Amino acid sequence: MSYGGVDQGRRRFLTATTTVVGAVGAAYTAVPFIASWAPSARARAIGAPVQIDFGKLEPGMQMRVKWRGKPVFVLKRTQEALDSLKAVEGSLRDPSSNEDQQPAYVDSKTRSIRPDVLVLVGICTHLGCSPTMVKASDAHSLGDDWQGGYYCPCHGSRFDFAGRVYSGVPAPTNLEVPPHHFVGDSGLVIGDDGGNA
Amino acid sequence: MLNQLIGVRDWVDARFPLTKLWNEHLAEYYAPKNFNFWYYFGALSLVLLVNQLLTGIWLTMHYKPDANLAFASVEYIMRDVPWGYLIRYMHSTGASAFFVVIYLHMFRGLLYGSYKQPRELLWLVGMALYMALMAEAFMGYLLPWGQMSFWGAQVIISLFGALPFGIGEALSLWIRGDYVVSDATLNRFFALHVVALPLVLLGLVAAHLIALHEVGSNNPDGVEIKKNKNEDGIPKDGIPFHPYYTVKDLMGIGVFLIGFAAVVFFAPEFFGWFLERDNFIPADPLKTPEHIVPLWYFTPFYAILRAIPDKLTGVLAMGASIFFLFVLPWLDRHPIKSFRYRSPLFRLLLWVFAVVFVTLGYLGTQPATQVASEIGLRAAELYFMFFLILWLYSDERSAAIHFQTFVVLVIVMLAIDVIRYDEAKSGLIMLSALLPLGYMFVFTLGPVFTRLNESRAVPERVTS
Amino acid sequence: MSLKKTIAVALFALLPALVSAAGGAYKPVSARVDLSDAASLQRGAKLFVNYCLSCHSAEFMRYGRMGEDLGISEDQVKANLMFASKKIGDTMEVAFARADAQEWFGVVPPDLSVIARARGEDWLYTYLMAFYKDPSRPFGVNNLMFPSVGMPHVFEELQGVQRLKEVAADAHPSSNPLDALELETPGTRSAGQFSKDMRDLVNYLVYLGEPAKLERYGLGVKVILFLLVFLYAARKLKNEYWKDVH
Repeated sequence: MSYGGVDQGRRRFLTATTTVVGAVGAAYTAVPFIASWAPSARARAIGAPVQIDFGKLEPGMQMRVKWRGKPVFVLKRTQEALDSLKAVEGSLRDPSSNEDQQPAYVDSKTRSIRPDVLVLVGICTHLGCSPTMVKASDAHSLGDDWQGGYYCPCHGSRFDFAGRVYSGVPAPTNLEVPPHHFVGDSGLVIGDDGGNA
Repeated sequence: MLNQLIGVRDWVDARFPLTKLWNEHLAEYYAPKNFNFWYYFGALSLVLLVNQLLTGIWLTMHYKPDANLAFASVEYIMRDVPWGYLIRYMHSTGASAFFVVIYLHMFRGLLYGSYKQPRELLWLVGMALYMALMAEAFMGYLLPWGQMSFWGAQVIISLFGALPFGIGEALSLWIRGDYVVSDATLNRFFALHVVALPLVLLGLVAAHLIALHEVGSNNPDGVEIKKNKNEDGIPKDGIPFHPYYTVKDLMGIGVFLIGFAAVVFFAPEFFGWFLERDNFIPADPLKTPEHIVPLWYFTPFYAILRAIPDKLTGVLAMGASIFFLFVLPWLDRHPIKSFRYRSPLFRLLLWVFAVVFVTLGYLGTQPATQVASEIGLRAAELYFMFFLILWLYSDERSAAIHFQTFVVLVIVMLAIDVIRYDEAKSGLIMLSALLPLGYMFVFTLGPVFTRLNESRAVPERVTS
Repeated sequence: MSLKKTIAVALFALLPALVSAAGGAYKPVSARVDLSDAASLQRGAKLFVNYCLSCHSAEFMRYGRMGEDLGISEDQVKANLMFASKKIGDTMEVAFARADAQEWFGVVPPDLSVIARARGEDWLYTYLMAFYKDPSRPFGVNNLMFPSVGMPHVFEELQGVQRLKEVAADAHPSSNPLDALELETPGTRSAGQFSKDMRDLVNYLVYLGEPAKLERYGLGVKVILFLLVFLYAARKLKNEYWKDVH
């Protein structure tokens, strides 16, 4: 299409081509800037999996391990604790772990690989406080039918001995189970799926 | 769709002069049609400013302005931050590229008389930008906290110590915030480099563009295009900046980016000129490097400083060398703007000035041997004489004035040589005197004995 | 323009006088670094870990990154290149504290992460080759590239012991320091093998100084090719519009 000797069609085509090439260039240039926000090698090193030995944990005792700046509870679960899981199922919001709060390889009810070892990220799924473990036998004000589990002091959320959240509390989901795997009898690696994934 | 966009535009226009600005400064800003190679550098410096701002902000996300952490944080960026090395190299190469572009941009001003009436204020704002850029670069270079960063800063700040009556000492202490360059200095230089000076630079750039657009651009022929307008009031030799110069500058940017990328990806250190070897050694206040040199873009002025043995006089000379650049519009008052139409002697003067400036720059990077220092002093003399000759050539002057100028210059040169006379290098002094003597002879007496100082007729309309 | 030429010639004639100032110092031998030689880099890494890391740190380099860049698996890195209880993401620190080093050596052995960028590859190579016997020094050795160096000759078992050659007083000294040395006691490696070892080590040190060097050349080629395409489009666009201007 010409107008007074000017080929408008050619101009539009060339403008479009240059614009497209320029936009592609701009996109490529943006990549390093955006990618540089990803965790650096230092952050990844600091956030690397943590290996601990829980051989000295007595049943009913809990260890606190730091992983990625977060507290992780490693609990040697007693038989009573395991038994209590069935009993409280009716009061739970997500008893079968339908929400995506745990790796696929943990049991959906006990939320663990080994029944006697529970690994949980100790951060309440409400607003981030760290829950305390309260056994049924401990002195507490959680009512007579408290079977034991975790209680968050900030806003009163409750979780059972598999980290499953009770209905009617502020927290919306079960406590997160981090990726983990066992090494030998008493070794535990937190932050890595191992061969389980 | 198009109608909706037009509707949005009209809504904005009723509340903000968007289309007005677009027209005034782009689509209906008439620039001379004969812009050549020398006219790319303004746009390129804008591109570099954006580059420095973006890469600089991104570096600030990982850099630590603490004397104990700074050096390590730069290596952290180079290794641990994804793409950190590229952002760092874009910033360091951009800084040097900025000065290459700016020096060429300023030289264009000299070639075409872009500092002359009515663009004196434009030139002043530009010089202020140059000063701000030097300060910005100087402060930025301290941040990696390498040996050169530390000792370069130490030397330059101690220059302020040259001022007499105790003012200098107090000033140096106040700038440093400590008895030596230290963490206190680093932190404040960081604040100035990242926040204060970029704001100053942005403000001055805005002023620079506004001043330019108020009077209109100059051109290689030095002809004012506004003197010849057609019946619509549009300069006959003008073309709208958009699309013609937007499209041309885009091409220029493409060429520039290729050179820029070549350096960034293949030679970011640029043989030790852009990233100095010694700066890969962490700053050590107890160990002075063998040669302390500022970065290459400061070296012409550093050479002038070093050429004079006395500290205070050296600092004053360095200050004067910049001062004369500021007042260029009032030194060179010759009505012809572009060197194309000025005399052969004037054109020689300009090129010699360029050679002198580059020579001074080179000498500033080298150790101060006897010969180098001597040539440095002579080059400094040539540097200052340039401004005097510019004034001399501003007008037709009698032979008497030319002779008097020659005599005055010879006397001043001899006075300097007598004051600094040293038996040991008397031969060197007398030999090197040929340089300024030759210069004076050619430029002050050339017009008297030859017709080489005659200008040519300036055309009415622009040529190529 | 003959005037301009005369001035230019005069200026240039004076330049050699400036350059001659250096005088007397040895010039480094070319290291002929080749970062594309992965095998060389791996051998260099092994030499570095076994001989250098006991005193010098490389605190900006992480073991895992080194493994990735050099094509060594994480297990191999842990087996061959890492000591003590370190994690793959850790940086290459040295065993003892800085204060101890100051006491034992009189100076803290400098971190070597960016030594290749500070000293240059040729200097480093020549330095590593130029140790010689000198009983007057605390460790019994001196170095032609770094006079009165405080470092012992860690590669003595490989290179052997060198000594300064006897030279006639009026002999014109070579600028190559290695010409001034001869082998007194051989080591476990031949001269050719040892110089190759040191090349491998310097290769590794250059990599250590800037790991990104391995990838930026290839990336640069792609970027410039792309920019050429962009320039072609921009140029065509400019020429089309500038047909209007006469």
